[in-house]
Amino acid sequence: MQAVNQTLRDEMRRNGNMVVLGEDVGRDGGVFRATEGLLEEFGAERVVDTPLAEDAIVGMAIGMALYGLQPVAEIQFMDFIYPAFNEIVSELAKLRYRSGGQYPAHVVIRTPYGGGVKGGHYHSQSTEAYFVHTPGLVVLTPSNPYDARGLLLSAMRSPDPVIFLEPKRIYRTVKEEVPAEEYLVPIGSARVVQEGEDVTLLSWGATVQTCREAAALAQAEGLSVELIDLRSLLPFDIETVVRSVRKTGRVVVAHEATKIGGFGAEISAQINERAIDSLEAPILRVAGYDTPFPYALEGVYLPSPERILRALRKASSY
Amino acid sequence: MEMLQIVRADGEHDSKLEPTLRGEDLRGMYRHMLMVRRFNERMLLLQRQGRIGFFIESTGQEACQIGSAFALARSDWVYGGYRDPGICLVRGVPLKGLVDQLMANADDPNKGRQMGVHWGYRDWNIVSISSPVACRLSQAVGTAYAAKIKKDNIVCLTSFGDGATSQGEFHSAMNFAGVFRVPVVFLCENNQYAISLPLRRQTASANIAVKAEAYGFEGVLVDGNDVLAVYKATRAAVDKARSGGGPTLIEAVTYRMGGHSSSDDASKYRGAEELELWKSRDPITRFRVYLTKKGLLTAQDDRRMQDEVDSELVSVIRESQKVPPPPRLSIFTDVYAEMPWHLREEAAELEREGGS
Repeated sequence: MQAVNQTLRDEMRRNGNMVVLGEDVGRDGGVFRATEGLLEEFGAERVVDTPLAEDAIVGMAIGMALYGLQPVAEIQFMDFIYPAFNEIVSELAKLRYRSGGQYPAHVVIRTPYGGGVKGGHYHSQSTEAYFVHTPGLVVLTPSNPYDARGLLLSAMRSPDPVIFLEPKRIYRTVKEEVPAEEYLVPIGSARVVQEGEDVTLLSWGATVQTCREAAALAQAEGLSVELIDLRSLLPFDIETVVRSVRKTGRVVVAHEATKIGGFGAEISAQINERAIDSLEAPILRVAGYDTPFPYALEGVYLPSPERILRALRKASSY
Repeated sequence: MEMLQIVRADGEHDSKLEPTLRGEDLRGMYRHMLMVRRFNERMLLLQRQGRIGFFIESTGQEACQIGSAFALARSDWVYGGYRDPGICLVRGVPLKGLVDQLMANADDPNKGRQMGVHWGYRDWNIVSISSPVACRLSQAVGTAYAAKIKKDNIVCLTSFGDGATSQGEFHSAMNFAGVFRVPVVFLCENNQYAISLPLRRQTASANIAVKAEAYGFEGVLVDGNDVLAVYKATRAAVDKARSGGGPTLIEAVTYRMGGHSSSDDASKYRGAEELELWKSRDPITRFRVYLTKKGLLTAQDDRRMQDEVDSELVSVIRESQKVPPPPRLSIFTDVYAEMPWHLREEAAELEREGGS
């Protein structure tokens, strides 16, 4: 969270055209404190507390971008983004294309997403697949503070519209020192979290942390896991994925979004198209169940280290 | 709420209300209105002949388009609608730019990416039009906000129909405009129909203009078939916005003389009597009477202008038809600033396979 706050502040200092807008981003500093202190430093013209209407927040950001500002809009929870769905998928994503390149709209939309905070279905869902299914958007999700800073900087300097998904479960649970200087994590590049020989484990967002635990459990059983954090979902880093699959021949994809039509299905299909000759087992998916996001049974719903471990065992013993 | 009218349906006018416009400008307005009328007729014909895919007429709404556009400065921005070819023409878009868009050919600045009437011309600050009817309103608010904090003295005009006022985003955008007090002019071209549904199925409110009150700014009701009234109301709203007075909602009461689109048959849902009534309020006929009375237009001028407009249309259509469609591989450009690997791969595949 501090990484996000510091990165926004740095970029606003560097770029006088940058503005942030959204609900409670000013005086309150954001419900997760991502924009804390920005109003005091940059003033109300550039740190814009808006009325409560997601459609107009995104619409307004588009209009700002077309006039040369660089807006970073906050949608308080991804579960509240749908009133703005039309503005995102039919307007923001398509403006460059439909205008023949005349009106590119560079807007960054930051939004906390994912479960694990006892938020029930209105504060927990992971619906990245809706946006990955939209040509024209860039979809990013960091799994740690270092990447949060580097990816957010890349997002703000990208000429394309970006959906920047912040896994809220790791806002405060994952702590690490982040370099104060500027660095970019390139869009479209995955990160090999740990190298391994036996199974490739692909994930993104908060589930990467769960996968680390699963990989440690597997290691104790003598199973060597190569864990890859995709972190950029559109475009995604197919090269790193295929290189790993060629080495291990076995793949598990883990994500907390529901399974049917989830992004894991796309990754699986891409691997099939490019590296089926290297596969020694079916590609397995560990995902949230195909139910609405539950409240009391959140712990049952979310992929656990044990569930991921079972899939790793199954893939390796096929 | 009183409706501003300067030139009545019979061409009589109220000289106390006349705006200050030079004779040259008044004749220019008239010529543009003629062009829009003839453009509509010709394009609908081309659509019927299968030479363009789709068309949406704006016949009957010439005064809304021409009157409002005349009130803008070159640097102002427009978030308009598909019934606004006249706004494009007044702002300076060449007729060929419109016809190229309808033909979706390689000269179309939008590269043939959208079905007809989805105008977009950066050089004239006309933002690319979308089919959903109210989403541009908040975008206009955003542009107006940006201009305001950059201390640029520009105004954003956004036009839409009566149907758009039923959308949630009409409310959000009006609300944002009021809260941020941005230099934006909302022009509702109330043409009485949203496809088949009459105004009474869109609102139980006495009129649309009155809705502005709920957002803390002024609403103005004008005769949308009176080009001078539309000009005067828009000019006042634009001047107010430019001097920091915030937004205005203008409701221009007009009538959609044709169908909703080239795919629509309006006789299914409205009677001939109604059409006849509105024909008697025609915006062009009354302005012709007005100009003639003022000594600014003779029958001979009128004929000459009509001939000019017609021959311009004929030659532009001929030119546009010669232009080939956009190159096949252009399907992959402008999705992103740079083509990502997955599009490069698809482009290579299309190129390799060559066929369809």
